[in-house]
Amino acid sequence: MNRDKLKMNSVMMTMQSKAVNVGLARSMVAALASQCDAVTVNALEELKVAVSEAVSNAIIHGYENQEDKQLILRADLLEDGILIAVEDEGVGIANIAQAMEPSYSQDPERMGLGFAFMQSFTDRLEVESAPGRGTTVRMFKYFCQGDQKNACQA
Amino acid sequence: MALKLECRNDALLVWVNGDFDLVSAAEFRQKVDTALEDQRPRHLIVNMSRMTFMDSSGLGVLLGRLKLIQNRKGRMFLTGVRPEVLKVLNLSGIIPLLQITKTEDEAMALLRKGAVK
Ligand SMILES: Nc1ncnc2c1ncn2[C@@H]1O[C@H](COP(=O)(O)OP(=O)(O)OP(=O)(O)O)[C@@H](O)[C@H]1O
Ligand SMILES: [Mg+2]
Repeated sequence: MNRDKLKMNSVMMTMQSKAVNVGLARSMVAALASQCDAVTVNALEELKVAVSEAVSNAIIHGYENQEDKQLILRADLLEDGILIAVEDEGVGIANIAQAMEPSYSQDPERMGLGFAFMQSFTDRLEVESAPGRGTTVRMFKYFCQGDQKNACQA
Repeated sequence: MALKLECRNDALLVWVNGDFDLVSAAEFRQKVDTALEDQRPRHLIVNMSRMTFMDSSGLGVLLGRLKLIQNRKGRMFLTGVRPEVLKVLNLSGIIPLLQITKTEDEAMALLRKGAVK
């Protein structure tokens, strides 16, 4: 996702693969996005769900709930939206298209909705993954739905 | 997140406070399943008026409890759902499978009247 847009701010966080850090990731991204006055409450709520899904997946699936691994969260605040990347060095995904299908889950206890939420709640979603080589999920979200004039003044 | 549980008549009432995600979903499953086993209530009422956030981990745990309740021919209610949480519920397709009411009193009244689908 190369975007020729002015970068207003950026944050990179390395986090331990612990469940408690899912909330931390959400808060960080929401706080960063809030630096832009144009961001709507709606966009923030949706962004939080998308980040929560990507980070939860890295912990649950990528690292199979091992708590001592590291994942990287990058967030770039652009003029009109925010770019997020969640990277793990876990097991990876063999069939990305199948994994992204709504209702597909390898875990019978789960609904398989994570990717569906990331898709619905952001404006662009890309998944890069290979077995044994980890997974990177990249998402872009506009601050204001259908209104790209409302650029960031931060 | 903070959880409160209480058995009233034939129903287990659960209040969820704060964010319902990977951390709190695990706690919810463990505490609710223990109460469902020990006290054998037939119905489950989840008060979500103070639930500030929910993702697929929370949803998955709700759906799992719905199955347990359906197995004992009970009803499951979600009460006081906030708009941001409702958006996630709507996308999940779970809504037709349970009852949504404004308050838990409303849910209790429906149960008393036997007026649930
Ligand atoms: N970071 C990851 N590393 C390895 N596998 C992953 C990763 N993210 C997703 N997957 C795979 O993709 C599948 C679908 O992910 P998705 O988030 O849509 O559903 P889920 O996590 O299984 O269920 P839910 O998100 O509803 O709790 C997972 O079951 C898993 O097999
Ligand atoms: Mg998931």
